Amino acid sequence: MKSFKKISLMMLIAAFMIIAAACGSDSSSDKDSGGGKDSGELSGSISVSGSSAMQPLIAAAAEEFMAENPKVDIQVNAGGSGTGLSQVAEGSVQIGNSDVFAEEKEGIPADKLVDHKVAVVGMTAAVNPKVGIDDIKKEDLIKVFTGKITNWKELGGKDQKIVLVNRPDSSGTRAVFNHFALDGATPAEGITEDSSNTVKKIINETEGAIGYLAFSYFTDDSVTPLSIDGVKPTAENVQSGKFPVWAYQHSYTKGEAEGLTKAFLDYLMSDDIQNTLLKEQGYLPVTKMKVERDAEGNQKNI
Amino acid sequence: MEKLLPAKDRLLKSKRSRLDGEFRGKLIVILCAVIMISATIAITIFLGTKGMQSFTKNGISIIEFLTSTNWNPTDKASPMYGVLPFIFGSFAVTFLAALIAAPLGIGGAIFMTEIAPSWGRKILQPIVELLVGIPSVVYGFIGLTVLVPFIRENVGGLGFSLLSGMIVLAVMILPTITTIATDAMSSLPNHLREGSYALGATRWQTIRKVLVPAAMPSLLTAIILGMARAFGEALAVQMVIGNVRNLPSSILDASATLTTIITLNMGHTTYGSVENNTLWSMGLILLIMSFAFILLIRYLSSRRKLR
Amino acid sequence: MNSKAADRIATGVFVAIAITIVTILAGLFFYIFVNGFKHISLEFLTSPSSNVRAGGGIRDQLFNSFYILFITMLITVPIGIGGGVYMAEYAKPGKVTDLIRTCIEVLSSLPSIVIGMFGLLIFVNTTGWGYTILGGALALTIFNLPTMVRTTEDAIRAVPRDLKEASLALGVTHWHTIKTIILPAAFPSVLTGAILAAGRVFGEAAALLFTAGLSTPRLDYTNWNPFSEQSPLNIFRPAETLAVHIWSVNTQGLIPDVNEVASGSSAVLVLSVLIFNLLARWIGSLIHKRATATK
Repeated sequence: MKSFKKISLMMLIAAFMIIAAACGSDSSSDKDSGGGKDSGELSGSISVSGSSAMQPLIAAAAEEFMAENPKVDIQVNAGGSGTGLSQVAEGSVQIGNSDVFAEEKEGIPADKLVDHKVAVVGMTAAVNPKVGIDDIKKEDLIKVFTGKITNWKELGGKDQKIVLVNRPDSSGTRAVFNHFALDGATPAEGITEDSSNTVKKIINETEGAIGYLAFSYFTDDSVTPLSIDGVKPTAENVQSGKFPVWAYQHSYTKGEAEGLTKAFLDYLMSDDIQNTLLKEQGYLPVTKMKVERDAEGNQKNI
Repeated sequence: MEKLLPAKDRLLKSKRSRLDGEFRGKLIVILCAVIMISATIAITIFLGTKGMQSFTKNGISIIEFLTSTNWNPTDKASPMYGVLPFIFGSFAVTFLAALIAAPLGIGGAIFMTEIAPSWGRKILQPIVELLVGIPSVVYGFIGLTVLVPFIRENVGGLGFSLLSGMIVLAVMILPTITTIATDAMSSLPNHLREGSYALGATRWQTIRKVLVPAAMPSLLTAIILGMARAFGEALAVQMVIGNVRNLPSSILDASATLTTIITLNMGHTTYGSVENNTLWSMGLILLIMSFAFILLIRYLSSRRKLR
Repeated sequence: MNSKAADRIATGVFVAIAITIVTILAGLFFYIFVNGFKHISLEFLTSPSSNVRAGGGIRDQLFNSFYILFITMLITVPIGIGGGVYMAEYAKPGKVTDLIRTCIEVLSSLPSIVIGMFGLLIFVNTTGWGYTILGGALALTIFNLPTMVRTTEDAIRAVPRDLKEASLALGVTHWHTIKTIILPAAFPSVLTGAILAAGRVFGEAAALLFTAGLSTPRLDYTNWNPFSEQSPLNIFRPAETLAVHIWSVNTQGLIPDVNEVASGSSAVLVLSVLIFNLLARWIGSLIHKRATATK
């Protein structure tokens, strides 16, 4: 008798917890709309999802925002840009982070989403230091990545076979690099890794390796960042529009942001965040950009 | 046993409530069994329909999907969805892993049952059980930090290779094979051994000519179960194989498997897009393969019964 | 003479194989612990992880791992025992039993990533929960159920027949016999099996990747209300477990001290699984001793 009672009790508790928790979560997500009046204290909760590369930035900003507004609760989840965009489009989160324009992702109703560009990330090709070059012409770069040049000595470097390090097909970093550094050419095959850390490690350990990394990873001598057509990969050159390989980090909302969501996005754009936190994490402030870009990649001066 | 009530106490209860309890109890356990059936059916149906979407909804040809070696889903003008390199990678890494793990596992089993049944088993059995307990991500992590640099420096190539993948997988499936093979060997009737020894055969002759043939279907089952595990393993392989979309031409080339492509791209793609759907189709291939492995095992066990 | 030599060579080969297996395990454990223990400290275990800076801990991941395990076992154990009882006591040889057996086989041989994808489809997308602990636990249940059913079935079949027959002869009904005689007698083996299964669940990552997610919200450990979003007990929050953490810092992480964090986490993970293993053996032998002493 006892064991049976125990089993049924456990099942009952489990069932109860599931039901109760389901109700609990429903009621908590209802709070979103009520939160954040223009005057007075902000309160309520929102959830953010998307790009895993952006997660640290948004999470850190959310942390500070919550410290200033103790009644606010912001949940920041990672899961990839695609996931973030899908979830914001179907309304299960309030903000969806993406490292590409929503227009570039298939199956997303981009016209229903409002784009908030919160940061800029610059990236460039990086090579193993032993390769012996630090400047490359764009056409040569394309030839290297499409496999038409296979040895560094053709470019004046060491006699060493070129090893490509790629990102997954669906990666935003890959899309940006292909578009702006390779002019849309499809790169040849190479090792494919998702993480910038791993890419950096492979480039550092493998002779003749070339890959691409965001500026924030060039903190030591373990890999050599390449200038493209003589333009150095620096924040200034990206901001003035001279260096072509950069991308926005987007926060999408469904329809215009309002209430707490808007307050948080405004906070992300504030000088406080743009000039300190962004820099700390290796992003460039979007507010300082002298050029802007649309989803097709057309660039114009502001 | 002290918690047992005397039978008469229970018999005092009305017959009706007892029968109610009987009925309720049976209902509960049947429900549990139904849950298992429905879980299996649900998995098959949902993954089946989702996996077929890239063919039915997005109009990708199944033949092209399975036989083309060009995988370029992000090319806007002419996306190509050929997963043959990944299917090949999955099979290659599985067979190569089994090639290492099967002799080791069966050898270990023979050591435990025939060579040193007393102390050998006492040492080896817990070790095999501990190997089962090491999580696959830990295997992957060690592969990434130890095996990959080791191969790069001592064998050649980039380190990220079929070779790394196969070694990691071989260690992972070794305990599966060893455990089942040990059971198979020790369940052989003793008169087989005694008969063979009585005829003057040496131990090796007995093992080779009598015991291994007798246990063959079970040993094959052990290998296939190991291969099934290797085929579906995702994270450990992804960390060491390099994830290249080409067909590998040598064992030192980096490669990719169905599982590694799924884990790499699932988060980046949007739910419902063509690229995402092709990932589900790859998942369906994994599901079908695991059915195939089971059919194979069933076939083997039916042969075992016929003997 | 020749066959004797062959016999000796063969014996040598088998011994070599056994030594190889032992060496592999010893090497693995040596590497994991020597590299890992350097990084395990109280601070490592009790500070939250960091996504960017060095020096993060694994507090939340460790808690998540245990919590998901707990929820999983809460669902798996009753269903698994029920299924095992059915298979051992009620199932009659026939098509239905064959079907259930096939289902168990299928479930147990499914790759964990396929279960993860199914979980993503059902518990994440269809229900609209997003990445949740509950979704992860349900996916792990599918993964764990076959083991639990088999363990229970074997345990019940190992109960001496005369116990059951004596009970039935006293006029006790079948279900009553199961509850009062068979299950208590099978309990030790079931418990051992459950703990061993728990070790497997603890290290699982692929099935959780798509169901419980790769991130953990800010947790407030003083908040014990399971319905609050910041409570660690909330089962509708995403949760990164230790095993998933090792994978994600290695393949997607941004932190500079990947190796340190991953080594430390691996050591903690393997140590926990080891403890589960030893615990199962210890409980098994303890109950065995008590049972044999009373008889």
